[in-house]
Amino acid sequence: MDTVALALSLKLAFWTCIILCPLAIFFGRLLAWQHFPGKALLEAVIALPLVLPPTVLGFYLLIGMGSNSSLGQFYHSITGNHLVFTFDGLLLASVIFNLPFAIQPMQRAFEAIPNNIREAAWCCGLSKLESLWRIELPLAWPGAVSALALTFAHTLGEFGVVLMVGGNIEGETKTIAISIYDRVQAFDNNTAGIMSAALLLFSLVTIGLVYRLTYRRRRYGR
Amino acid sequence: MDDNGVKLNICQQQPIPLDVEIECSAGELLALVGPSGSGKSTILRTIAGLHQPDTGFIHCGQEVWLDRARNIQLPTQSRHIGFVFQDYALFPHLTALQNVTIALGHVDSKTRKGRAFELLEQVNLKGLEDRLPDGLSGGQRQRVALARALAREPKILLLDEPFSAVDQVTRRKLQQELVILRRDIQIPILLVTHDLDEAAMLADRLYVLHKGQTLQNGKPGDVLRNPDNALVARLMGHDNIFSAVVEAHDITQGLTRIHWRGLSLELELNQTFEVGKSIDWVIHPAHIIMHRRDRPSLGERENPVHGVVKELLELGETAVVSLELEGDETTYLRFTVSRHSARRNGLAVGVDASVSLLAEGIHLMPQS
Repeated sequence: MDTVALALSLKLAFWTCIILCPLAIFFGRLLAWQHFPGKALLEAVIALPLVLPPTVLGFYLLIGMGSNSSLGQFYHSITGNHLVFTFDGLLLASVIFNLPFAIQPMQRAFEAIPNNIREAAWCCGLSKLESLWRIELPLAWPGAVSALALTFAHTLGEFGVVLMVGGNIEGETKTIAISIYDRVQAFDNNTAGIMSAALLLFSLVTIGLVYRLTYRRRRYGR
Repeated sequence: MDDNGVKLNICQQQPIPLDVEIECSAGELLALVGPSGSGKSTILRTIAGLHQPDTGFIHCGQEVWLDRARNIQLPTQSRHIGFVFQDYALFPHLTALQNVTIALGHVDSKTRKGRAFELLEQVNLKGLEDRLPDGLSGGQRQRVALARALAREPKILLLDEPFSAVDQVTRRKLQQELVILRRDIQIPILLVTHDLDEAAMLADRLYVLHKGQTLQNGKPGDVLRNPDNALVARLMGHDNIFSAVVEAHDITQGLTRIHWRGLSLELELNQTFEVGKSIDWVIHPAHIIMHRRDRPSLGERENPVHGVVKELLELGETAVVSLELEGDETTYLRFTVSRHSARRNGLAVGVDASVSLLAEGIHLMPQS
């Protein structure tokens, strides 16, 4: 069992969730309730990682974050580090390829809240921020849990984009999915099997918990 | 309008046309009635700040809530309104007590809970404070919504079809409770309803709306008995609307005569319309008196009309009669009699019958 890769994967998944949480709330709410020019385009861009082959997405991210790119140079000027083949770059890529997994469940959860519930909150004197915190988020909780769990599980299992953007650097970009691939390449099926089983079990427990929690919370949405 | 009343004038073209001017004094209950799409709910939403009209103003007491010309537009949170939504819009994850407490943000936090208990007691919900909305009946939810609306100490109470989602028995009970509650709150109350009986029973004044415009406003009885035109009469549920020509004004006898389908009908003197002018007229079913076939009386001399019963619908203890006029297959008079009376008089489809149209009940309107 490659514990270093497992720890790195968990770290990557944790920070991806932390960064995506506010983004998912913001964009989920925006897409659920606002009408603005370019909304369909924004939704399409967010959904792209669902349909693009991971290598294609990884290729564009590699080019977009490379040392010659504006983003890569900007990041280097601020931090002194590069984005590609580093944990930071991997995290940025992870945030991007997880956008639909985080935003879409949040969007659906906000859409399920009747409009007059929000209006009733305003009529009760609640500001829009108070309304979000005290009414909308408690009602959108199943969506938030789904978003976080899907993002977490998907990050642990992502292979193509990670390999393209992060490579295979021990302790820096070598996630558990890469490590499994490594072990299989080295004909170490035993270790690969243990890690695959651990990943499978973890994903199954996570998704199971999400569905259970979602089912219990869904009664509020009626 | 008094100092604590509300006055508004709003105008827009989209999403539905609206051009209304409404005044409601403190302590007055004003009902907005009209068909779907007439703009009733939009008016409430505009007052609450949930909808912005193209132009207009809303003054509540001494405050200006909206004035498009001066670019004043107070947010909903600053308007202090109590709003009972059609489906109540209770917060499903909060208990009845929490639903009320959340609207008490303006009250000192130490007294908030106690005040919420008081309000729930006021709407007869003592003992149900810890229930989630899912565990409450329709009537109980409506009461929580009302308590929540009152918790805000509103300057105006807006009720958007608040009784439409409950059964008839609960509706009557809640309507009575609203009447009692009104005694204690001296604020303008606007009620949107489809139910004309409800409006007539609860409201001090009615506004009849159609396609975003006020057709008539006044006391419920006045609007019902004296509609301004045939459209208002139809919206107020009148069936007996006809056209006629003014025949004569007899000042000495205090009578006006109209010529209607070969008949000369007498009514109380009404010189609003000149002799020879075409008019619409309406009569409420309560002013159509059926003659007894077995015992003629003096009252039968008053505008007698003969015909054939074309339809007889028994609805509970009443029977709705459609009487086809003698010699005119296109004109019907509709009125109700008790089922008992219909049977005693041998009323049935196809039999001849006569009625009197009471002079005091005939109301003339300009021809539409």
